[in-house]
Amino acid sequence: MTEFLHMGGYGFYVWSSFGLTTVILLANIIEPILHHKNALKEADDFYSEEN
Amino acid sequence: MNILIKWYYRLGAPLWFYPLAGKLIPWVAALFLLFLIPGLYMGLVTAPADYQQGESFRIMYVHVPAAWMSMFVYLAMAIAAVVALVWRVRMAEIMIISAVPIGASFALIALLTGAFWGKPMWGAWWVWDARLTSELILLFIYLGILALYNAIEDKTTAGKAMSILTLVGVVNLPIIHYSVVWWNTLHQAATVSVFDKPSIHIDMLIPLLLMATAFKFLFLLILLLKMRANLIEQDVHSGWVKKIILDKQAEMEKEHD
Amino acid sequence: MSPVRKKRFYMVLLLVVGISIATFLIVQAFSQNMMFFFSTSEVKQGKAPKDREFRLGGLVVEGSVKRIPKTLTVQFELTDSITPVSVEYTGILPDLFREGQGIIAKGQLNASGVFVASEVLAKHDENYMPPEVADSLAKAAKINAENAKNAEKAGSTEAISESIKEKSE
Repeated sequence: MTEFLHMGGYGFYVWSSFGLTTVILLANIIEPILHHKNALKEADDFYSEEN
Repeated sequence: MNILIKWYYRLGAPLWFYPLAGKLIPWVAALFLLFLIPGLYMGLVTAPADYQQGESFRIMYVHVPAAWMSMFVYLAMAIAAVVALVWRVRMAEIMIISAVPIGASFALIALLTGAFWGKPMWGAWWVWDARLTSELILLFIYLGILALYNAIEDKTTAGKAMSILTLVGVVNLPIIHYSVVWWNTLHQAATVSVFDKPSIHIDMLIPLLLMATAFKFLFLLILLLKMRANLIEQDVHSGWVKKIILDKQAEMEKEHD
Repeated sequence: MSPVRKKRFYMVLLLVVGISIATFLIVQAFSQNMMFFFSTSEVKQGKAPKDREFRLGGLVVEGSVKRIPKTLTVQFELTDSITPVSVEYTGILPDLFREGQGIIAKGQLNASGVFVASEVLAKHDENYMPPEVADSLAKAAKINAENAKNAEKAGSTEAISESIKEKSE
């Protein structure tokens, strides 16, 4: 396991790359889910008031 | 008649697209994971270390798919821009503006992971060579398109301006692709191409192709999520959103009874 | 065309022309940059500038790497397989720096014709394989050494990248 994390001395570079990629892509998935939720809530409020 | 068709494109299509996208999302997510998990496992564990670069070459498994996607997303946007400009399909504009942040993210990932690969192998985080510079320009083009769309209040005008800028930016794609051929770059030439036999061992190639496929599905997943969110936000006061919301509210009431 | 459309048309035209000029300038800049790259033969022929920095590309000559004890200074020779040039560099070398590797060094020629580098970058090729495969390929390459030699003699600047490719094939 330690050897796996060590990556032949390149652990810092390899895991930084995979880590940054994960963070950026996760943000890309979470942002539209929250955006969609907010937009739906706004629409829901708008039509609830209308009735 | 013409007005009716236009009206269908403007407002009719979302009522059809929105629920369909909602149904597709879990399937696309499943396909993404189906390719991602073996891709990561093979890329990080079973693929042999490189004869020159050792374990550091594994950065390839995020760097290369991200770099490919940064260009693929742009190409998809350019096709949508033609559709948006010629046939006035609003859904194509929604697709472009939803894809821009994803493409920008892929370009950013390609640049950042490239730096983390370049530092130990080349000896520099960054060099102003043609490949790196043209990829940086791609990131700026993405950001420019995003800024232009958000700067224009009227979304019909904004959509048109964005489509034109997207088409103009296409000149950068062949520059990125051929930069390693046309100029004396520090970045090496392409390893995998359509016509030549790939210059990479098969055990290293398979995880690369798995990861590249996973990234394609991830793009589709995020695109569907973003398009749904953008559609609801822009069309809050339109008939189709009203229908969806009222249907939902009626369903909720039924459950309460 | 209506005046509004005409105005729009000119706006788009202006945008396209503007971007085209920008692209042209960028391409020009890239080409200019490339002119600062000299092969070792060009340096020996006196084609490289004497009073300013430029980039020198070549392969590290086998057996030429000398490390000055207790310092970070390294002396080695670069060659385009025709004429070698002596290089001196003080600093940390990239991990890919080794004999036979393609290198791009940035620096200046000193009075005695030694290239004093301020930066050394290693160029690697587009081939990826496990070490065992590389070993067996190297054995096969030895048998074809004659062909490789002939190929290396052709061309000067191109020979650098060509020979890098051949090394790994």
